[in-house]
Amino acid sequence: MSSDRIKIVWIYPDLLSTYGDRGNVIMLERRAALRGIFTDIVHVRSDESVPVDGDIYLMGGGEDRPQILGAQRLRADGGLQRAAEYGSVIFAVCAGYQLLGTEFGGEEGQPVEGLGLLNMRSGRGTKRAVGEIAGNVDTALQIPMITGFENHQGVTHLGPGVRPLATTVVGVGNGDGTEGAYRDHIVGTYMHGPALVRNPGLADLLLRWASRRDLAPVDNSWAGRLREERLAAVLHT
Amino acid sequence: MIAPIPPNQLCRPASIAVTLSAADALTYVPRTYRDGGQLSDLPVRAQLAAALGRTASKMSRLAGRGDGSVIGGRVGLALDHDLLRRLAADRRLVLVSATNGKTTTTRLIVSALRERGEVATNAFGANMPSGHVLALAQSPEAPYAVLECDEKYVPMVLAETGASIVALMNLSRDQMDRAAEIWLLAGKWRKALDGADTHVVANCDDPLVTWGASTAKSVTWVSAGQHWREDSWCCPECGGPLDREGVHWKCRECHFARPKPDWILHADRVTTPRGRTHELALQLPGRANRANAVIALAVVAQFGVEPETALPRLAEVTSVAGRYTTVEHEGRQVRLLLAKNPAGWLEAFDVLEPAPGPVALSINAQGPDGRDTSWLWDVDYRVLRGRPVWATGERRLDLAARLEAAEVRFAVVDDIDQAIMAIGPGRLDVIANYTAFQHIRARYGRVV
Repeated sequence: MSSDRIKIVWIYPDLLSTYGDRGNVIMLERRAALRGIFTDIVHVRSDESVPVDGDIYLMGGGEDRPQILGAQRLRADGGLQRAAEYGSVIFAVCAGYQLLGTEFGGEEGQPVEGLGLLNMRSGRGTKRAVGEIAGNVDTALQIPMITGFENHQGVTHLGPGVRPLATTVVGVGNGDGTEGAYRDHIVGTYMHGPALVRNPGLADLLLRWASRRDLAPVDNSWAGRLREERLAAVLHT
Repeated sequence: MIAPIPPNQLCRPASIAVTLSAADALTYVPRTYRDGGQLSDLPVRAQLAAALGRTASKMSRLAGRGDGSVIGGRVGLALDHDLLRRLAADRRLVLVSATNGKTTTTRLIVSALRERGEVATNAFGANMPSGHVLALAQSPEAPYAVLECDEKYVPMVLAETGASIVALMNLSRDQMDRAAEIWLLAGKWRKALDGADTHVVANCDDPLVTWGASTAKSVTWVSAGQHWREDSWCCPECGGPLDREGVHWKCRECHFARPKPDWILHADRVTTPRGRTHELALQLPGRANRANAVIALAVVAQFGVEPETALPRLAEVTSVAGRYTTVEHEGRQVRLLLAKNPAGWLEAFDVLEPAPGPVALSINAQGPDGRDTSWLWDVDYRVLRGRPVWATGERRLDLAARLEAAEVRFAVVDDIDQAIMAIGPGRLDVIANYTAFQHIRARYGRVV
C-alpha cells in the first residue's frame, strides 16, 4: 500500500531539541514535497500524549535532565512504543538515540531506564566526543556513507536483535568502531541535530519506509554540495 | 532595592607605565620601589605580573593579533595565580553575563557609571579571567570596574573578585561543542550566588536566568523581555511545563513563577521601581539593545546614578566593538551586525533595514564560533524571503543548504567584497558570526 500523505511527529521539542534538531523535520517535509507527497507535521510537547498514528517519529538531542524527563514521560505515555509495534518509522539522534535503548546514563552516570525499543545500553564514557563523524552504512540499507557532527559522552553497547547503523571512518560513535543502531524501521544515531541534511539518502530511506513506495531521485543541490564538501574535509585530512 | 554603594577609600598601586619591549619588561621595577616612595599594596610579584601582562598585550596588538587582551592577562595570571583577586580588591565591581548582549550591556553600564568616577572594563569582549586581569591592571586607579564575564566563569570570577553586583540577562543555546549546557550553567550560577555577598540584577522574563539568580541574597528583577523561548518551555526547578501568557510565566506543577519586576521595559520606555517612566531614546537599534539598556539602568541605579543622569550617557553609545557600525565602501553603506546563535539572529533580524533591503550573511566555524553549524537550523530564515540575500564565509555551503530549505532566494559568493559590489550604491546589512565578523571588521577598518 502506498500513501500520498504522511504524518511526521516531532517528539518533545520542549525537551529534546537542543541544536538544530528541527532540521530533520524540515528536510523530511522538503524531500517529501519534492516527490509530491504531502506531510502533516505534528509537534508533541512533553505535557501532551504521543499520537499512535504517525508515520515517522523524530526525536532530538537534550541535556541530561531533559533526557531523563523525556524518558519518564514517554514511558508513562506509551504512545511511541505502540506506534513502534505498528511498524512506524522512528529516527532519533543523540540523547533521543540513547533513550531508545533499555538503559542510559544520567547526570551522575546513574543508570536510567529507557524505552527499550532497541536492545542496547548506553553509559558514560571517560571523554566527550566532539567533532565530525563519518561512517560506512550497513550494506543491507543500501545508502551512501553518513556524515555528521557528534557531541556526546555516551558509550553504547548493542545487544542481539539490533545492528550498527554504520562502521565509523571518522569520529567516535558508539565507542567500539560502530555508529548508531537500527532494527526494522527504528534508527538511532550519535550524529546530532540536523543529521538528515547532509544525508539525503538516509532521509529518503525513512520516507520510503513511511510511504511504502519508491521515490524518484531529486536534485540534492546545495545540501548535496555541503555533503561533498564535509566528506572531503574530513576524509582527506 | 538596596542602598547605593559609595566608593570605598581606595588604596591602589601607583600606575605602571606600559613598556614596549619584552627586554624592558623583564628588567622592569615597579615605580613605587624605584621612587623609594610608599610601598604599594600589591606585592612586587603581582605588580610584575600585571606589567608583564600589559607588555605581552601590547606586543600582541602591535603584531596584529587581536587587541591583546587575552595574551596579556594570560602572562599575568601565569606569574601570579592570585592576581585577579588582588587587582579586584577594594573596587566596586560589576560582573555582566548572559548568552547575548554581554559586551553591549557592559559598555552601556560603563558609559553611565563614568558619572561616578573612573571605570576599569574589558571593552573588547575578552571575557575570561585573563581578560579581566588585563582590564583591571590597565586602570589601577579606577574605583569601579565593569567586567563582561563568560557565562561559565561567573562562579570563579565572582569568588575571586567579590563583585558587588552581578547582572544576568539571558541564557539560550550557544556553541554547544564548547560551551556548557545551559540548564547546568544556571545551576552553577545558583550555587555560586547562594551565600555570596553580592546583589544581583536579573531579567525575570527569562525563566532559566530567574532560576539561576534566585538563590542570591538580594535581587533587582528587571522585565527586559525574552523573544527566543525555545530553551525555556520547561520549569528549571522541577521540569514541569511552564505556562506563559505574554511576559508572564509560571510552572504548572510547582511553586516556581516569574517574580514581580522592579524595572519594566515596555516598547521603548522604561518604568523605574519608583513608578516613573522614561523614554529610552537610544542610538543603538533594536529591542535587544533596549533590554540591555534597562539592565544597565538598573545596575547603575545601585551606584546612585539615576535614569535622568544615565539615559543621556546611554544614548551617546553608537556602536560597540564594531557591532552596528556602518562603514563606507565605494559608495555603499555597509552596516555590521554580529549574531552568534539562534537567539542572536532573532535580534539581528529585528534591526534589519525594511524589506527589500539587501542582506549579506557570513558564517565561519572556527573555534570561537563553535565548529558545529547545526544551530543554523534553529534560525528561521524565512523572514529573509523577498530580499536580495548573499551567503558567504567559510561555511557558506551550510548556509546555502539552510537558505535553500527555507525557500529563500540567495546567491553564494566567495567573499564579502563580492556581495558588497553586487549591490548598487546604497545600504547593505551584513550579519556575521564571530570570526566572520572580525574578518569583515579587519577588511574594512576597525571602527570601534
